[in-house]
Amino acid sequence: MSIFLNADSKVIVQGMTGSEGMKHTQRMLKSGTTIVGGVNPRKAGTTVDFEGGVTVPVYGTVQDAIDATGANVTVIFVPAAFTKAAALEAIDAGIPLAVVITEGVAVKDTAEFYNYAKGKGTTRIVGPNCPGLITPGVSNAGIIPADISGTGRIGLVSKSGTLTYQMMYELRDFGFSSAVGIGGDPIIGTTHIDCLEAFQNDPDTDAIVMIGEIGGDAEERAAAYIKEHVTKPVVGYVAGFTAPEGKTMGHAGAIVSGSSGTAQAKKEALEAAGVKVGKTPSETAQLMREIMQGLAG
Amino acid sequence: MDLFEYQARDMFEKHGVPVLAGAIATTPEEARAAAERIGPKSGGVTVVKAQVKTGGRGKAGGVKVTKSPDEAQAAAEAILGMDIKGHTVGTVMIAQGARIAEEYYFSVLLDRANRTYLAMCSKEGGMEIEQLAVERPEALARVAVDPNTGIDAAKAQEIVDAAGFDEADKAAIASVIQKLWTVYREEDATLVEVNPLVKTEDGEIVALDGKVTLDENAGFRHADHEALEDSAHADPLEAAAKEKDLNYVKLDGSVGIIGNGAGLVMSTLDVVAYAGEEFGGQKPANFLDIGGGASAEVMANGLHIILSDPQVKSVFVNVFGGITSCDAVANGIVGALDALGDEEDRPLVVRLDGNNVEEGRRILAERAHPRVIIEETMDGAARRAAELAAN
Repeated sequence: MSIFLNADSKVIVQGMTGSEGMKHTQRMLKSGTTIVGGVNPRKAGTTVDFEGGVTVPVYGTVQDAIDATGANVTVIFVPAAFTKAAALEAIDAGIPLAVVITEGVAVKDTAEFYNYAKGKGTTRIVGPNCPGLITPGVSNAGIIPADISGTGRIGLVSKSGTLTYQMMYELRDFGFSSAVGIGGDPIIGTTHIDCLEAFQNDPDTDAIVMIGEIGGDAEERAAAYIKEHVTKPVVGYVAGFTAPEGKTMGHAGAIVSGSSGTAQAKKEALEAAGVKVGKTPSETAQLMREIMQGLAG
Repeated sequence: MDLFEYQARDMFEKHGVPVLAGAIATTPEEARAAAERIGPKSGGVTVVKAQVKTGGRGKAGGVKVTKSPDEAQAAAEAILGMDIKGHTVGTVMIAQGARIAEEYYFSVLLDRANRTYLAMCSKEGGMEIEQLAVERPEALARVAVDPNTGIDAAKAQEIVDAAGFDEADKAAIASVIQKLWTVYREEDATLVEVNPLVKTEDGEIVALDGKVTLDENAGFRHADHEALEDSAHADPLEAAAKEKDLNYVKLDGSVGIIGNGAGLVMSTLDVVAYAGEEFGGQKPANFLDIGGGASAEVMANGLHIILSDPQVKSVFVNVFGGITSCDAVANGIVGALDALGDEEDRPLVVRLDGNNVEEGRRILAERAHPRVIIEETMDGAARRAAELAAN
């Protein structure tokens, strides 16, 4: 088992025929993902050959792709200026999971397509500006390198792509049920809380690593959720203790505004909810290691 | 990107929000000339206002009401060059005077927690809104705004009802609120705030001050926004980095940082600061995220920017090869160092992990560059870089 992505996931790629789309479709295929189609209105009816003898058909619309293949996941690689249109198309087609990898999407566009999806109630959005999610050995929707870590019983949710990779690498001897990169934008479709809830309910996840960073109050709200609803052990890490006030640190959402959104406040909220918080990624991995060893013993 | 008040004022005017006449000046003489033009609209009275991107300028003496061009000139003389919470005043706005009957508050902003927008409105404007929110939260109406329907006539009515305005004023205020929504939506803002929004003695509703934050990710549909950037006050290194499309933030420590991925780089700054505590409080000198594809050229540009900072005593290159493989990163570092030449003698601590790490470390070891120190872990590398910066 896993969260959001499993052996039944049939994945299409919006923007597959672009350079990023091609590169990552190849990588997703290589890591075992069932890719059933690409979407590009100008190349409908054509096919694309990938290494390993896989031929993927290209459809004109998401709806056509779903009708032809039964696709239930889309990964969106289209440029930021066209991401809203791509997401709206996927939502209108009623696809259950839309993973938006694209970085630099205007927050108004995200606010609009997220709330549109919420109104329809049929599509979960992950991202934008995220590495996507992986259920190691089973399916990989996005750009998380599949060879860092194999399958296991740790669940991971993170705002940051490279810290996701770093944490998977540090804990590769234990492995992961699923790892979800939720993205660092001010508005994201799937939150820490959504993932905590899913991991709590996943019988194949024993413990959860949660990685946050400065900006907003998602970590504080996640802490409150953990206190009420999560019985599995959770280890946390928060990046950005040294970030100055008022400066955007790479991710559009990573900004301390006045006294709100600080790493210190997030750490304190998590600790008050009983979450062990590491000072560094390595220390965080060590805390999880001890928990997993305790569960095994 | 935060705008200056005068930029917000101009943007408001463009979208039909009622504002008073105003002009900017960077010298007392210009201020005088502006007061001569604008003063007659309001019986000779003008207000000289410091243009700084911070609150509390009134308390700091950055706003002065003047009754003649002489006084406006003297006020500008006093305000220009003033330091307000670390911001040096380089520009003043000379605004038409207003006969204020009442002061209100209005803002619309991104609500990250609810993933919608939030309109806030109060009959009690003028004071610090954070203070009002704490002391008298019931006086600050908060109305959720759906991004797809926005502030239409019905939503504007809901806002003015919630704020409890007098019936006689509601229509005029609601109309201005709808125009401010137009600014928010059409300009891709993440904040539009008016404090105070005033009713004049003549019963006009006017935006007397304005704060606007624009979404830089929306720049692709706003060619005119680039000109609003405050290049005069930008840090020179940040400006140089921006020209090279590098994501760089100048900090005040001694350990230069270069890494891939915003989260990993933020984390690197923290780990260096912790390690630095042992070495006389060494701190990170910058944030620099070179992104997923660390080519030799990007690495060279990044190193060049970091080494242009004379405060930097050592550099920590922290890369996790996720999509990029470490051999490409190692080649990038070697190429960058060769391009920089031998004059540069500050040490470079490199930690590589992930995809093809053995080959990456082998390339660095084989080149055996005298300034490059390879460390296996992030914590170990941070310690080494901090130690070297202290020497």
